[in-house]
Amino acid sequence: MIKSDLIAIMANKLTHLPEKDVALSVNDMIEYMAEALSKGERIEIRGFGSFSLHHRPPRNAHNPKTGERVITAEKYSPHFKPGKELREWVNSSNPEYPAGHEHDLDDDNE
Amino acid sequence: MALTKADIAEKLSANFGFNKREAKEMVDLFFDEVISGIVKYGHLKLSGFGNFITRSKGSRPGRNPKTGEEVEISARRVVVFHAGQKLKARVEQYAGSSSSQGMPDYRAAVDSQ
Repeated sequence: MIKSDLIAIMANKLTHLPEKDVALSVNDMIEYMAEALSKGERIEIRGFGSFSLHHRPPRNAHNPKTGERVITAEKYSPHFKPGKELREWVNSSNPEYPAGHEHDLDDDNE
Repeated sequence: MALTKADIAEKLSANFGFNKREAKEMVDLFFDEVISGIVKYGHLKLSGFGNFITRSKGSRPGRNPKTGEEVEISARRVVVFHAGQKLKARVEQYAGSSSSQGMPDYRAAVDSQ
């Protein structure tokens, strides 16, 4: 699933808004999150999970092509810790996700 | 300080003129659909941010960290997040500004919150 699919699903449920506005909102929400992380701020979304930065200390490495030794600079990298509900839902989800899976859910009228 | 759903809703209403209820509805729906996308399809790609992918893990031996007792960790399905290039690059810049002496940019950003 990609962002445009997500926007289309949301737009279907927010019938009072044009899809363009939903797209702008989604892009903005993603930008707020990226901006928070790039300022070193955590993100905490109940039920979904939290994002934080993990510190990566400098380490000795070498260029595999030339064998030259280099010291990489310390850095931070984004880390996601799934929340309890997301963990439980993912764990109980079907490992296979064939394209027809959706219809199985939607057509389940019996 | 951490960014929460309420903060995101507030920024949304400031930027788009949504009222409180509309902004909250948008934020709730966004995360609900993100979660159901991950659960239903096993993956979700948000360009400019990163990818969420689910994978199955077999059972493995583990230990109760408190008692040291050996227990088996059951097979499970988990979700992992891989930050995209763009997000990684932006976050790495943060390390640069926090380790430098003056760190004017970072201070200014914090003060304005």
